[in-house]
Order: sequence, then C-alpha cells, then structure tokens
Amino acid sequence: MDARITLKVDGAPRTLTVDTRTTLLDALRDGLDVTSPKKGCDHGQCGSCTVLLEGRRVTSCLLLAVAEDGSEITTAQGLGGDDELHPVQQAFLKHDGFQCGFCTPGQVCSAVGMFQEAVQGHPSHVTVGSGEGVELSDEEIRERMSGNLCRCGAYVNIVAAIREVASNTVPGTGAES
Amino acid sequence: MKPFEYLRARDAAGAVAAVTGHPGASFLGGGTNLVDHMKLGITAPDLLIDIARLPLDDIEELADGSVRIGATVRNSDLAAHRLIRERHRVLSEALLAGASGQLRNMATTGGNLLQRTRCTYFQDLGTPCNKREPGSGCSALEGVNRDHAVLGASASCVAVHPSDMAVALAALDARVVVLGPDGERSMQLTEFHRLPGDAPERDTVLEHGELITALELPARPGALSAYRKVRDRASYAFALVSVAAVLELDQDGTIREVRLALGGVAHKPWRATLAESLLRGTQPSEENFREAAQAELRSASALRDNAFKIPMARNTMVAVLRDLSGR
Ligand SMILES: Cc1cc2nc3c(=O)[nH]c(=O)nc-3n(C[C@H](O)[C@H](O)[C@H](O)COP(=O)(O)OP(=O)(O)OC[C@H]3O[C@@H](n4cnc5c(N)ncnc54)[C@H](O)[C@@H]3O)c2cc1C
Ligand code: SF4
Ligand code: FES
Ligand code: FES
Repeated sequence: MDARITLKVDGAPRTLTVDTRTTLLDALRDGLDVTSPKKGCDHGQCGSCTVLLEGRRVTSCLLLAVAEDGSEITTAQGLGGDDELHPVQQAFLKHDGFQCGFCTPGQVCSAVGMFQEAVQGHPSHVTVGSGEGVELSDEEIRERMSGNLCRCGAYVNIVAAIREVASNTVPGTGAES
Repeated sequence: MKPFEYLRARDAAGAVAAVTGHPGASFLGGGTNLVDHMKLGITAPDLLIDIARLPLDDIEELADGSVRIGATVRNSDLAAHRLIRERHRVLSEALLAGASGQLRNMATTGGNLLQRTRCTYFQDLGTPCNKREPGSGCSALEGVNRDHAVLGASASCVAVHPSDMAVALAALDARVVVLGPDGERSMQLTEFHRLPGDAPERDTVLEHGELITALELPARPGALSAYRKVRDRASYAFALVSVAAVLELDQDGTIREVRLALGGVAHKPWRATLAESLLRGTQPSEENFREAAQAELRSASALRDNAFKIPMARNTMVAVLRDLSGR
C-alpha cells in the first residue's frame, strides 16, 4: 500500500511516495538518494544507519518511513555546512577514526546525538547516580557509543576523536590521554 | 513482508477500537521489536495502528507518592527522569543496562514490556517453535540452549523473557494499566507475563486489542534499590542473568522488607518470593543472603548448556544484596 509522505531531510522538505513497508533507511537511500546512512544489519544491531530524528539519534532501519511523515531528519551529510565539516567529522579525520568508513556516518550521527544527551544530563550504565553533570570519560564514551559497531575495529581512534570534541562540547569534560 | 495499512491513532480509545475489531491488526510503538519481527516474518499484521505519538508520555507523581508512567514514554527519557533516578533507581539502572542509546530513544514503555523472546529458534522460521507455531515442537529443548530458562519452564517452551526493565518493575511491585473495549483494568506486573505451560504462544495475559496505557509504581520511602546484569560483554548484550533488588532496613539494621526479581532465567521476570520470605526480619549477612538465594534456586533445573546460570543467579543475588545493605 502506498503513502505520500514529506520528510524534512538535512534541512530541505522532500516529498515522496513509499510503500508502507519501506523503512526510513530505504526511503532515504533508495527514494531520496541520501546515501550517508548505511545498511549494515537491517535489524537494529549495528548502528550504521543512525540518523538524528528531531535531534535524537535513532536507527533508521527499524523505523517505518510512513510513520515519520512530517519529521525532521538529519543525516551525516547534513551535519556540516556546504563547505565545512562538522567538528565531529573533522575529529574523525584528524584521529583516523575509521578504516573502510562504512560505519562512520552512523558513528558521527550517534556521537552528535550522544553529546546532546550528555548536555541534557542523561545518565548511562556507567553513571546512573542522580548527579546532574555528565563527564565524558573514555569509559562513558565507550558505553554511550556501544550501539555503533565497527567491523574494522577502529574503536581506539573513534574514542579519541569523540573525546576531543567532548572536551569542547560537554561542560565539565576534560581531555584524557 | 506482507503489505499492511498504516494509521496514526488519534486517541487511546480509537486505537483500542481499531485493533479490537480487526484480528490482523497490531499496535506500533517504537517499532524496535515489531518492525524487526515483520522483516523476519515472525509476525505479519495487515494493519498497524501507530500509538507512538499518543499523549501517554507523562511521568507524574500522584497524591499518594506513587509514580505513574505513560506507555509511550521512551526508555531513555524514563531512565533519565529525576523521579525515577531518585526514588526507583533500580528502574533507571535496568533501562540503561538494556539495548543502546539509539534503541532507548525509540523504544516505548509499553513496547518494552511486550518485546518477545530472543530465542534464536523463535526467530528462525526454518525451525520448529511452539511459541511461533503452536504444536510444531520446541527446538531449544534438545538444541543450543545456553540462553534459556532454568526456572518455571515447561516441556513446550524453555525461552526467557528478554526485558531488563520488566525485571526492575517486578521488584518494584509495579502495576500495569490497560485499556480495552470494555474500559480500563490493571494488574500486578508479576501477573502480567505468563509462564509457558502448554500455551507458550501467549507471553502475557493481555487480550487482542488491549492497549497498555500506563505503569504505576507504589511509593517506597527510604527503600534502596539496585540492578545488576551479567552478560557476555560489558555493554549492548542481553542478560545471561540479572537481579533487581529493593531493600528496606529498620533502624537497627534488620531487613524490614526485601523484594528480589531475576531476569534471564524464566519466561517472565522471576520474583524470588521464597528468598524474600526467608530474609524478611533477619540481619543482613552474606550467609543469610546465600542461604536464601540457594533456597530460591532449589527448584531450578538446567538444560544441556545452561547449568552455569544457577550458581550465577545465586552469586548475583548475594552480590546485589551485599552492595545494597552496605550502602
Ligand atoms: C539490537 C537490540 C538489542 C536490544 N537489547 C536489549 C537489552 O539488552 N535489554 C532489553 O531489555 N531490551 C533490549 N532490546 C529490546 C528493546 O528493548 C525492545 O525492542 C523495545 O523495548 C520494544 O519497544 P518498542 O516501543 O520499540 O516496541 P514495538 O516494537 O513497537 O512493539 C513491541 C510489541 O508491543 C506491542 N505494543 C507496543 N506498545 C503497546 C501498548 N502501549 N499496548 C499494547 N501493545 C503494545 C506491539 O504491538 C508489539 O507487539 C534490544 C533490541 C534490539 C533491536
Ligand atoms: S524455547 Fe520457546 S521460543 Fe524457543 S524454540 Fe522452544 S518453544 Fe520456541
Ligand atoms: S542497519 Fe540499522 S542498525 Fe544495522
Ligand atoms: S571503519 Fe570499517 S566498519 Fe568501521
């Protein structure tokens, strides 16, 4: 069954017709040629399809496109400006936070969403306590990013890239070495 | 995937009416379990009623100090909420020990309770499974059953319930509020999920068309609580065994009240009522904790691959109680 939907993708409204069975991931990639979100597992397990939905990180392979009619979606390719990279993307380059790059757009979106959660004081498995501030230690970064798998095993450099941005983004977070 | 019609619910009563009158209809929450299962072919609804945007997303304190949690509150928001972190910490801890940041942003309270087992045979259409196809047999009974149940299982099904949240709710004496075609009813969470018996296709007592609208947590002033999850890796893995504990001590240190629930060991969150009754009125001590845990597990029985769960459950109960009583 077809449905006509409008998604606001990386700042621009895009209208398309989708079968109700289409996931948000497939609508972005196949329907709109927005190919930065990647299809790794298609079952919510790997994080390579991560995008920001109304600013929150989600796995787009488990969302139905029809259910997101009217929503605002940011993908990795919409994070920076026309000619500049987002600080998280810049840090991934600087720290060699990838090898093949397949998981990278998902890692980057996930990190941006994760910073927002930390700024809002969201706890994690590492820090459940009722304290308000969140300090993004390496342990915190690993826990909060555990929904993004990297088959190349670039984790050490991914953590380094995120740590650098965290120290500028999340109050109270100092750089570790 | 079978074609289906999609409708966004406008209100709870309308959603209930739409699903009740349509045998092939399902509610859609965050979709993290349902959409996955539709892809796998485990379920094939021909109508989805999307309830994820219904205004059931409040967490509020009621006059008697209890906390009411709406069914569409996302797992991440529930874990982060001040009332939950301050008063029912075990629930925050359980939620944060489950899934990933992305999935917790999507998953709803109602959907989390109704997520289905991760038994690999259940997910594999090529193998017999009584839960997926009643009467076809249970592949796990004589198959790979490391992840399966050691308590309350039957010859029809040895699956475990995967939710971390539900284990914490069992220890908190939570109630589940549901809306059906004939109005509202509510029940203890411990009576919401079923043991498999000879009808493993039914995970819960919910009837087709009944919508979970809220959870209620009774007030427990002064109670300490904690969740501990043992898994194959430090993050992003389902529980092998987990323990939720709520402890209230008297001035002199005697255990006034204790509530313990186990995850990863049964078809539903397992309230360790025998252990609780042995501990009530005693002094906290490692020896008492061990004896109580041991007594609870006397009825446990292992399958080929999961005998490790019995000592693991005992040790985890002891560890959680020791940590809590030392706080
Ligand atoms: C990779 C991965 C890892 C995971 N790891 C964990 C883990 O470690 N621990 C853990 O506990 N969970 C884990 N989960 C499971 C996750 O917590 C559940 O998928 C999620 O909580 C389901 O919520 P939902 O809102 O997405 O439900 P949906 O998928 O939307 O719905 C699930 C079921 O509930 C029904 N439903 C939904 N809402 C209602 C309602 N209000 N009333 C009546 N029926 C309703 C639907 O019809 C459907 O049958 C994991 C999931 C994935 C994909
Ligand atoms: S344990 Fe239950 S879910 Fe798994 S194969 Fe047996 S009947 Fe199916
Ligand atoms: S493709 Fe979505 S999580 Fe793997
Ligand atoms: S860089 Fe190759 S999967 Fe992560």
